[in-house]
Amino acid sequence: MKPYTIETGLVAPLDRANVDTDQIIPKQFLKSIKRTGFGANLFDEWRYLDEGYPGQDNSKRPLNQDFVLNQPRYQGASILMSRQNFGCGSSREHAPWALAEYGFRTVIASSFADIFYNNCLNNGMLPVILAEEVMDVLFAEAFATEGYQLTVDLEKQIVIRPNGQTHAFEVDAFRKHFLLNGLDEIGLTLQDSDAIHAFEDKAKAIRPWVFNTLHV
Amino acid sequence: MTAKTLYDKLWDDHLVKQRDDGSCLIYIDRQLLHEVTSPQAFEGLQLADRKPWRLDANIATPDHNVPTSKAERAEGIAGIQDQVSRIQVQTLDDNCKTFDVVQFDINDIRQGIVHVVGPEQGLTLPGMTVVCGDSHTATHGAFGCLAHGIGTSEVEHVLATQCLIQKKSKNMLVRVDGVLGAGVTPKDVVLAIIGKIGTAGGNGHAIEFGGQVFRDMSMEGRMTVCNMAIEAGARVGMVAVDDKTIAYFKDKPFAPKADQWDQAVAYWQTLHSDADAVFDTVVELDGNSIEPQVSWGTSPEMVIAVSQALPLIESTNDPVKQEGMKRAYQYMDLTPGQSLSEIQLDRVFIGSCTNSRIEDLRAAAAVIKGRKVASTIKQAMVVPGSGLVKQQAEAEGLNTIFTDAGFEWREPGCSMCLAMNADKLQPGEHCASTSNRNFEGRQGNGGRTHLVSPAMAAAAALAGHFVDVRTF
Ligand code: SF4
Repeated sequence: MKPYTIETGLVAPLDRANVDTDQIIPKQFLKSIKRTGFGANLFDEWRYLDEGYPGQDNSKRPLNQDFVLNQPRYQGASILMSRQNFGCGSSREHAPWALAEYGFRTVIASSFADIFYNNCLNNGMLPVILAEEVMDVLFAEAFATEGYQLTVDLEKQIVIRPNGQTHAFEVDAFRKHFLLNGLDEIGLTLQDSDAIHAFEDKAKAIRPWVFNTLHV
Repeated sequence: MTAKTLYDKLWDDHLVKQRDDGSCLIYIDRQLLHEVTSPQAFEGLQLADRKPWRLDANIATPDHNVPTSKAERAEGIAGIQDQVSRIQVQTLDDNCKTFDVVQFDINDIRQGIVHVVGPEQGLTLPGMTVVCGDSHTATHGAFGCLAHGIGTSEVEHVLATQCLIQKKSKNMLVRVDGVLGAGVTPKDVVLAIIGKIGTAGGNGHAIEFGGQVFRDMSMEGRMTVCNMAIEAGARVGMVAVDDKTIAYFKDKPFAPKADQWDQAVAYWQTLHSDADAVFDTVVELDGNSIEPQVSWGTSPEMVIAVSQALPLIESTNDPVKQEGMKRAYQYMDLTPGQSLSEIQLDRVFIGSCTNSRIEDLRAAAAVIKGRKVASTIKQAMVVPGSGLVKQQAEAEGLNTIFTDAGFEWREPGCSMCLAMNADKLQPGEHCASTSNRNFEGRQGNGGRTHLVSPAMAAAAALAGHFVDVRTF
């Protein structure tokens, strides 16, 4: 995974609360058996005027010009801003895959749904939580300023505004470590194989039925 | 020793290791797999040349995009018309064969929605940690399990290591005391809870549902409630183990037998919060005053009692909420202050992991028996949660009650809950649905979903619009 250290990027403001994963990537695109190919269908129902389906030539579809990602000033954005409870709903990891493939490495919002938050981190994306009042300021600036950029410094855990003002955010120490170093979580967990085996031996004595075979 | 909540107990019993950085390795007893969120996980495993850590922890069944028409199902995977769906179901089948994972395949009588199948087979058992790449895994908490949805990277992580890296959540108690009125169902209880605490109310928490209403509730009802914990923002919903829980598993195919059964029961009986356990957050509702609920908007928290009018924008001071309501009214093409009975319904869907078990079908059939679906309804369908639920319903003659009234009787799967197969709403259509999500486009592009109980959906199908099932 690509390490996440300091990211500076253009901001796309999606001024909505409760953006759910069905909106981020509608279910018809979940039929893919790959991890890629979702970027063109990110926010499909908001981004295009017609109904999307897998395998379509998206370049020929009518665009909803009002939607933030279709406006010329936000092309190339790598930071998405939204409101409370971003990523609620289904656990589909296709949502962060689609966001990442579109080009977002950071999502800033006043709160996130739990599963989505984890899914982002598991894909080298950083979800940043800032207070609603701070979000109000950022949204106002982003709308007022063409080319509005923010810098996110994970090491220092701050978001830096163009005027140099900073806003601190929280992130779990272990998540931070993984992101900063681009680590493979499975590989790391497997280093604890002995502890897992020891746990299983202990659990087998207390709850042996859990370990019954299903191959009957 | 300090008093523990049920969640604390389940957590402690599955804690493999606490790392110095505060993260925890949690052992996973059971993983349920389906076709949508597993292919990339199996691919990852293969690419890294890894094997499942404990093969028998895993069980698979296709559900999300299997077709539900008899004709299509008759020919198994090859009969799936939608090519992309077919490839996905085939991929699950291939992966299960390659890795030797036990699967209830498309035409196995035990096939169905993972969250219906797991408990039905005794694959989900009290006290287990249960995960699945699906947010409604919270359903299994009804049995005193620590169960939650995970993403595909985590599915791969569990396959490879039998563990998850987690941080402990906070404890929330949702207590509902009193007795539910006639015609008020578990679905109404959970919708009322979500209406009260909001879709983010449970973020960061594991919810335990406690109080007389849940003690009185059947296991199926408890599943309906825990199923929608995620709609209240919590990954985990739970109900303490009691005699009903234990009785439910007696003689289930994969439940422990003989001496193991006795040992299991002794353990299961400890799975409740201690009397003096402390919760970080407590929410209380009065069960006596809960009415049948209907969602009017595009988020499960946009819900009202059937006797209420659609809320005015000014009913909240929160500008973010007001903005959300305006959008929802526009999307749903409804007007604040309108009455629910004015909404013209186009379709009715009875199914999904929330409400597709035998008890749900019985409740709907009881309302429908001897009556007809309104002529203005374009389609009314019943999709049983599993092959075994379908079989049981047919043995009781429920299918005939439904088809005589004008309902379609389908093969098991997720179906119109998320419209990944051919069952979907057309743009602008209103649907009374027993599923769990009313998000924009959830049941089909431009479709408008109203969440209700099976009895309310049944009554709505007959009337053509929402009615109070208590007086219908
Ligand atoms: S029935 Fe609906 S909510 Fe349940 S698992 Fe299937 S798609 Fe998800």
